[in-house]
Amino acid sequence: MENAEKKQLNRFLDNLKVKERTNLLPALLKAQDLYGYIPEDIAEKIGKTLNVPIADIYGVIEFYSLLYSKPTAETVIRVCTSPLCSLKGADKIKQALFEKLNVEDGIPSTDGRFMVESVQCLGLCDQAPAVMVNNRAVCNIDDDSIDLLINGGGPGSKNNYYSDNPVITKRFGKIDPLSIDDFIKEGGFKGFFHALTFTKDELIYAVKSSGLKGRGGAGYPTGLKEQGAVAVEGRETYVICNADESEPGTFKDRIMLSSDPYSVLEGILITAYIVGAKRGYIYIRGEYSEVHDIFTKVIENATKAGYLGENIQGSGLSFDLEIRSGAGAYICGEETALFESIEGKRGYPRNKPPFPIESGLFGKPTIINNVETFSYLAQVISDKKRVVLTQGGSPSGTKLFCLSGDLVRPGMYELPFGTKLSEVINDWAGGVPNGEIGSIILGGASGSFVPEKYWDIPLDDQSLRAVGLALGSGVIMVFNKDRDILKILSDITGFFKHESCGKCYPCQQGTQYQNEIITRLGKGICYKDDSEKLEDIGLTMKDASLCGLGQTASSAVLSAMKIWPDLFEISKGEVE
Amino acid sequence: MLTIYINDLELEVEEGSTILEASKKMGIKIPTICFHDRLTPPGLCRQCVVEVEGARVLMPSCITKVREGMKIKTDSERVVRARRTILEMLSSSTDLSESPDLLEQMKTYKAEDGRFENSSKRDFKVKDDNPFYMRDYSKCILCERCVQVCSADIQFSYALTTSGRGYNKRITTFYDRSLPETSCVFCGNCVAVCPTNALIASNEYNLKTEGAEK
Repeated sequence: MENAEKKQLNRFLDNLKVKERTNLLPALLKAQDLYGYIPEDIAEKIGKTLNVPIADIYGVIEFYSLLYSKPTAETVIRVCTSPLCSLKGADKIKQALFEKLNVEDGIPSTDGRFMVESVQCLGLCDQAPAVMVNNRAVCNIDDDSIDLLINGGGPGSKNNYYSDNPVITKRFGKIDPLSIDDFIKEGGFKGFFHALTFTKDELIYAVKSSGLKGRGGAGYPTGLKEQGAVAVEGRETYVICNADESEPGTFKDRIMLSSDPYSVLEGILITAYIVGAKRGYIYIRGEYSEVHDIFTKVIENATKAGYLGENIQGSGLSFDLEIRSGAGAYICGEETALFESIEGKRGYPRNKPPFPIESGLFGKPTIINNVETFSYLAQVISDKKRVVLTQGGSPSGTKLFCLSGDLVRPGMYELPFGTKLSEVINDWAGGVPNGEIGSIILGGASGSFVPEKYWDIPLDDQSLRAVGLALGSGVIMVFNKDRDILKILSDITGFFKHESCGKCYPCQQGTQYQNEIITRLGKGICYKDDSEKLEDIGLTMKDASLCGLGQTASSAVLSAMKIWPDLFEISKGEVE
Repeated sequence: MLTIYINDLELEVEEGSTILEASKKMGIKIPTICFHDRLTPPGLCRQCVVEVEGARVLMPSCITKVREGMKIKTDSERVVRARRTILEMLSSSTDLSESPDLLEQMKTYKAEDGRFENSSKRDFKVKDDNPFYMRDYSKCILCERCVQVCSADIQFSYALTTSGRGYNKRITTFYDRSLPETSCVFCGNCVAVCPTNALIASNEYNLKTEGAEK
């Protein structure tokens, strides 16, 4: 048996076109898949083949949650313990699994058949509580489905999406997502062919005037990014699609890429045409193996149909796209950490400047956008009218919102910018079942609680910025009145503690201490200077952390301290 | 030459200098932890952050280059809070008893020793697996200098690596092997750059321990 695995791994390594460090993560993922962990001698073998120091390989294995240096089990059950699954009973599921399978967290059963592990967000927040059984998602788990999931069954994941004015979701459900013909019949690649009739400057002008901004959270104007990347003429340039969403409350990449993947490819192609790139990557989070399979097919079909490769559709543009799989690290959604990961390193974010458009992947100019941004770009370019219609500021277009928590219809919604928060929650998502809204978080785990006086606020950049809120990637998490704020915060801070890469001190230490204090407060133990401590930690992380993860890891806590100061004060009555 | 303003004082500096270099020239002391003037600055401790007018967050002075007209505050309230809190967190997690520079910084910034609860204080057994040096990771502040000198900054031995993530990050070897089983050549560079005595020559460690026993 062991030989069969070795043969497979050798074949994989032999077939690698580039025997360099950039293929380290793919090789380690392959070994993980074959052996259930990465044995020492295999790590050494991979090191020799790819010319990577073996100490570095161990550093990489120990960085990524989906890579293991010790044996796992035939069936690995990963229980999501992130805020939304936690609210819906993740702990109960975990305990039931521990008892039924007679195992402890993260330790394989003695017969090597099962391992149950607590993990962070799986991107199934609209179907919480959820687990992954090896590569298969099992969702909306209740007491009955626990036995089913152990035996390989249980309800799988669905794509829940809604809109009455769809722009980028207009093809959803109408087409076979894998069929390039269906895509073309429904207007696909119109934007790409439209783009070919313009000069690069005209296209950049069109994107800029459309007001399109990055949809991954930071909201940088897409046209400006393109302009910056083009400016460096004569150098190799990369286009990267960031599909590494891992933020609790976010699942739009999963739905987009499994419902209309070619629209994302179209946006990537248009970008490659604008910036003159010949090569690109789509980095898909490791937990989305179904999406990975879909996009593998998409690349195959597009290459056959002449939409990837040499001289695409006679345009003179030659472009290759490669899929890279993440390996369980939220930080790799940070653009520079993502570059490091593709380069075969620990996902440490880089100090900026230099910015990606000057020096990104392999030190070359790189343009990196979110899945939604690419899909929207294809729409902007395909529709002349829309380019004219949308002027500056927050686009008059639509936005994808991910709704989760205590709602009648959680899921992904494509709605016009400016739709009121209360309307999204009550009219679209059906409101809170049998109850009232207790609290709302906007922007995901790195977002903030919304004060009640703003629950009617229109969801557009200007309105939100005026009151110190941000849309982020479009996450709306809703909690009913019975939910314990400190429990929510304990889960959120626990997420950041787990996902901090540990590079810079403020975040490495701050995420730990923040979580310790919040968790203690949740147990009813309050010291007199807790709020001062939380403020010092929170503001230090916000001000001094190296990247966006650390800079936003305290947003939820700091916002909660403003709305419910009593929760953090000794006046709570449970003094020690 | 560029004109910049540090704490409202005008200064002419060479293009390409960092804020840290410019401040030094002016006699303004900015504290550092991970910075070492012979090594590539990793910009990870964030202790040297300063406030730059117009910037959303504080900037690490060791790697931030000066720009024409830049207005810098090296001791604003935000800066002092960050530096004090970083020291307080470090002292709560790590044994700083043999880090005179850090203890001095704690005095300067009135940092409260061990201010944060330490339910998960970093406490490791001393590793004594070779005749030359010991590894006492309870004192390690994860500045990564040792990994730098062992790798591409000096020695190219690649015996050491950073492993784990977040608060559980640590310095180790390939599959935690003992040093003689690694590519370590016992050059001593890592011991030389360690700022906290986490890496210490064995004879020095023994003298120290004997001294303590007496």
